[in-house]
Amino acid sequence: MEKGVDLEERRPIYEPKIVAFCCNWCSYAGADLAGTTRLQYPTNVRIVRVMCSGRVDPAFVLKAFSLGADGVLVAGCHPSDCHYINGNEKAAMRGTFLSEFLEDAGLEPQRFKVEWIAGSEGQKFANIVKQMVAELEALGPIAEGCA
Amino acid sequence: MDLATFAGSLGLDAITPALAGSDNVNSSELLGGNEVKRTPTEANGNSSGPRIGVFICHCGSNIAGTVDTSKVREAAEKLPGVVAAKENKYTCSDLGQDEIIAAIKENKVERVVVAACSPRMHEPTFRSCIQEAGLNPYLLQMVNLREQCSWVHSREKDKATEKAIDLVRMGVAKAAKLVPLEAREVPVEQSSLVIGGGVAGIQAALDLAQMGFKVYLVESEPSIGGRMAQLDKTFPTGDCAICILAPKMVELARHPNITLLSYSEVEEVTGFIGSYEVKVRRKARYVVEKKCVGCGVCADSCPVKVDNEFDMGFGKRKAIYVPFPQAVPLKYTIDKDNCIHFKTGKCKACVKACANEAIDHEMEDEIVELKVGTIICATGFDTYVPMKRGVYKYWEYQNVITGLELERLLNASGPTGGHLIRPSDEKTPKRVAFIQCVGSRNKKIGVNYCSRVCCMYSMKNAQIIKEHEPDTEIAVYYNDIRAFGKGFEELYHRVREEYGIEFIRGRPAKLSEDPETNSITIRAEETLLNKITERQFDLIVLATGLQPSEGGKRIGKILSLSLSPDGFFMEAHPKLRPVDTAIDGIYLAGCAQGPKDIPDSVAQAKAAAASAASIMAGKNVKIEPLTALIDESLCVGCGLCEEMCPYGAPEVFESDKGTKAKIVEALCHGCGTCAAACPQKAITANQFTDEQIASEIVSALGGIGVTAEKAKKAAKKAEEA
Repeated sequence: MEKGVDLEERRPIYEPKIVAFCCNWCSYAGADLAGTTRLQYPTNVRIVRVMCSGRVDPAFVLKAFSLGADGVLVAGCHPSDCHYINGNEKAAMRGTFLSEFLEDAGLEPQRFKVEWIAGSEGQKFANIVKQMVAELEALGPIAEGCA
Repeated sequence: MDLATFAGSLGLDAITPALAGSDNVNSSELLGGNEVKRTPTEANGNSSGPRIGVFICHCGSNIAGTVDTSKVREAAEKLPGVVAAKENKYTCSDLGQDEIIAAIKENKVERVVVAACSPRMHEPTFRSCIQEAGLNPYLLQMVNLREQCSWVHSREKDKATEKAIDLVRMGVAKAAKLVPLEAREVPVEQSSLVIGGGVAGIQAALDLAQMGFKVYLVESEPSIGGRMAQLDKTFPTGDCAICILAPKMVELARHPNITLLSYSEVEEVTGFIGSYEVKVRRKARYVVEKKCVGCGVCADSCPVKVDNEFDMGFGKRKAIYVPFPQAVPLKYTIDKDNCIHFKTGKCKACVKACANEAIDHEMEDEIVELKVGTIICATGFDTYVPMKRGVYKYWEYQNVITGLELERLLNASGPTGGHLIRPSDEKTPKRVAFIQCVGSRNKKIGVNYCSRVCCMYSMKNAQIIKEHEPDTEIAVYYNDIRAFGKGFEELYHRVREEYGIEFIRGRPAKLSEDPETNSITIRAEETLLNKITERQFDLIVLATGLQPSEGGKRIGKILSLSLSPDGFFMEAHPKLRPVDTAIDGIYLAGCAQGPKDIPDSVAQAKAAAASAASIMAGKNVKIEPLTALIDESLCVGCGLCEEMCPYGAPEVFESDKGTKAKIVEALCHGCGTCAAACPQKAITANQFTDEQIASEIVSALGGIGVTAEKAKKAAKKAEEA
């Protein structure tokens, strides 16, 4: 490392924050697997555990954005793999509604994602976080007046 | 539109104060949800909120090696409601747990936050720990500092510490909102369902039946026995597979506590630990089991001959058949797809032949309903079939066969009576080569993992060939020899030294067939000699690996079992709960969980039986109280919850206050999708309430570090400059 170079200065000042709602059975387990296999991903994500992605009230997502989240991820089991038969389908349905609304409100589509991550997909979890952080860094903060 | 305004327009502000978005995020909101502002003195325990204890685990260096735990503790001490914050080297140890109990008593702690590993790992441990200290076990909140922080951010220590502080803040905020819950106790059915009749399923069923529990064993094939019944001999001892398995099969069929449902499929499983309701389809055999005595006269009379799947297509069977002579139950089955009667409406030769009038072409599938307390999933494996073109020319050259095909060719009750022949000319091969790791340890054509049995079964089969035909020249092309079990290394030495089997280290690069003799030349790099050789063989045996079975995948969906990255069923913990699944009351046995040899399958089956028995031995079992509740004063009886719930738990009814809904607790699985949907916010999802989740969101976004708010300001400044 060069002496006298402040690494802090080089870093982008903007550190996006992501709130991720992960279902207990698949996505949270997938995030755990990323840990047990020591996959590295950016620190920007804060996971909120729910039993099922179907528990995620659209209001939670809006709440997160209104409090300054730069991105929100809702992660559940793959279609037809839901621990509660079809909670993920409900999450998908609400996700579609939310995406449309958030876009209308002026938010870029990259800021809100619904993803299916199985308990075996630690790598997928890490990749999604990496990708989302990169996209949000490129976007920058949410424009004034949106949230 | 402003999001908060939108949330307001939806009515979220009015109905759920906890969810109401606010532009003026003040510090108390950031720290603990929409709570009353607290002064620092109040935060130290004098407030009206619950007294919270935070216990931060080092997990040796697993957490403390990355996260600065003392900084986390200092931050935790300042959080509202926190009256004690402590660090432990190993919180889960006896010492660590004692410290929690002592701290709870000393500081009158009312809510506990354990910042350690995943709640999927130790939540039950700490629940019973705080219960010991006199607290309700559901007043615990775990913070995942290991799997979701230190292990995934090990190169960014400062940021990981920052995140850990955020996570603890989230945990403390949620803990403040936790309420005591009571676990439901439900009676346990004293019966078990075993899915799969291979050696694992057979052993598990026998053990449970021996302990006095009722067992239903469901097998999709006409006979139990599974893959082990197909094998010739077993490694490393050379026991004849069917000779040691058949007595168990017979014992199972005769056991008064076991109901054997062969040629049947599990169609549907509902319910939970203690009372699973199962629907089993008994496929029509077209032979009345009670009348069939297994004499085989029907098969003698049947004019249809087709390939026998049990013999891997080498032998023939009739359209009315038992798959192998030792089949249990020894009841004949008509293969509808090949039976002339089903095709043309004629024939019925078997009906004429059967003296017991056991054959009934009009038979229909039957649905059997069972009620069981526990389930053991022993769905086994399929062997890898080199489907990809070009994989060792399996589909092009007749004399390339798989390991399981060789087993049938060597088997005394197999299609050749145990005489090894090669498919092209049915002559005894003089030169045989085994190619190891076909489909295993090779992602290009198959899977990454080691199938654990291929090295040993190839050696065992090489030895049998030598015993049959001592002059046979045998070579094994291998990558690594994995002879890790009891007596395995000894077998490796024996086949090399006593039987003269050659081991060549190297993966064959090319196989080419002599069009006249159908013999095959292997071109390979012998890596130990560092040279490329070409050798001709009469028969090539591919040591194909093990894969999750197709039938098992279907069962996995029905039971909602999670899969490991290798596609086999995932155990609850790889070390300490290797036979449990994430779902209470469902256990794994045998190759359904991963490739295994016979002793390991039997051991796991016995373990699964013991685990199931430990539940059934108690008359009752506790079920997590993660159910939903409806506040009737808020409910308007719209019925959306009823529409959302896949289990039919919400019930709309007429009361004197109008149409209302209530939750039938026994049916509720606790997913919370009704709570997410309720427009009145009348539904509370226990342990994951709106208020609890909102408090986590609020504190997740009020962290140290650069928030969007600050970044925006900085960006503005930069623009102005």
